[in-house]
Amino acid sequence: MFATRPDTRPATVEVLVDGTPVRVPEGASAAAAVLAAGLPALRETPVTGAPRLPYCMMGVCFDCLAEIDGTPNRQSCLVTVSPGMRIAPQRGARAPL
Amino acid sequence: MRTESFDAVVVGGGLVGAAIAYGLQRQGLATLLLDEGDIAFRASRGNFGLVWVQSKGLGAPHYQRWTRGSAEEWPALAADLAARTGLGTGLHQPGGVHLCLSEEEFEKRGAQMARLQREAGNLGMEYRMIRGAEARDMLPGLGPKVVGVSWTPYDGHASPLFLLRALHTGFTGLGGRYQPNARVERSSAAPHDFSVEAGGTTYRAPRLVLAAGLGNAELAPRFGLSAPVRPERGQILVTERARQVLPMPCTTIRQTEEGALLLGDSKEDAGFDLGQKPEIMRAIAQRAVLSFPWIAELNLVRAWSALRVMAPDGLPIYDQSERFPGAFTANCHSGVTLAGTHANRLAPMIAAGALDPEMTPFSARRFDVRNAA
Repeated sequence: MFATRPDTRPATVEVLVDGTPVRVPEGASAAAAVLAAGLPALRETPVTGAPRLPYCMMGVCFDCLAEIDGTPNRQSCLVTVSPGMRIAPQRGARAPL
Repeated sequence: MRTESFDAVVVGGGLVGAAIAYGLQRQGLATLLLDEGDIAFRASRGNFGLVWVQSKGLGAPHYQRWTRGSAEEWPALAADLAARTGLGTGLHQPGGVHLCLSEEEFEKRGAQMARLQREAGNLGMEYRMIRGAEARDMLPGLGPKVVGVSWTPYDGHASPLFLLRALHTGFTGLGGRYQPNARVERSSAAPHDFSVEAGGTTYRAPRLVLAAGLGNAELAPRFGLSAPVRPERGQILVTERARQVLPMPCTTIRQTEEGALLLGDSKEDAGFDLGQKPEIMRAIAQRAVLSFPWIAELNLVRAWSALRVMAPDGLPIYDQSERFPGAFTANCHSGVTLAGTHANRLAPMIAAGALDPEMTPFSARRFDVRNAA
């Protein structure tokens, strides 16, 4: 659905979105990497199991929650990519115990 | 100015006012609910959400009975609201615990619970003081610092926001009139004849209920009543949603129906300041992590403060005006816990025109110098 604008900075940072390598520009958010990867859904909600992708891209809607480098429920739109970052989908609520 | 007449006017659209208005409308009284607006302090929007019995009413058996009565009324209220509105209130009453983090806390708690049981008299009060090992079987992941817990079967919790929405929806669904952005300006009082101006309209009714929370302090004297309430700030931290772990609520920690953990129960005198303080937030988080170490792994997603509506002795105030019969006050800091009695017991008394004798100890006359002496 999403494509990178031709005039943007070069995609130099490689991250793993659900295990698949994706290259995005330096300074991009993890949520941008998710959208560039073209996943059908990043997570299923804890209450109803509805599928979600990043939406507001500014830290408000919490739809972009993802497991990033092993920590679940991070707002991926507020996390800047770093080389080798692992961005993983999550299903339902995390188990705290 | 336009004038409209009702059987009853309730001032205050929070949990207390909405529960009473719902109860009055259900009794067949054409009721108007006046709500100040988002400039109000909105204690009902910041409530922790316990339906809590243990630790309420030490030295005040009438309050213990009133609270227990509300916990008993809650299932019927929740069922009634669900049937009329289709809205759930997230009510669960599996019993509840208070966690003690030292021998000293455990001893003190045990003495309090024993006293509550003595004061319950014929009503009785079932409770247990449970030591760490057995408590660890009840509560998954209970921390090693927890010495023991007090438990009663009466406690529970609910969603304050869903309750508020259900009460409003139920009230208007029954034909009640909700008027937002309606701060009470001028008013006049005569026995069984009241008029208030709000939002450019004059409303008249033979019954008036003041349920305006902290606003009651200013409103009550106009109607021959007294409500010496002051704000007590409480702060709350909220974690991300997690799978259901806690089988029952604790005094300062509960897991909502949606899975979030609410951590709270600070008490501060901060005037009308709705800010938050890092040292208080840190203390709440530290106690939560000592209670359940796994909470440390969860992300915090929200935090807020709200102002409890406190009488000088911390107990509710319910009164009917002697000078202007038909005018009532209702003040408390437990809008969720007491929703059951407010809707199902207090509203019928107000509709009938008199508070039952069991309500006499709740009168603000208890603060009169002559009565206190």
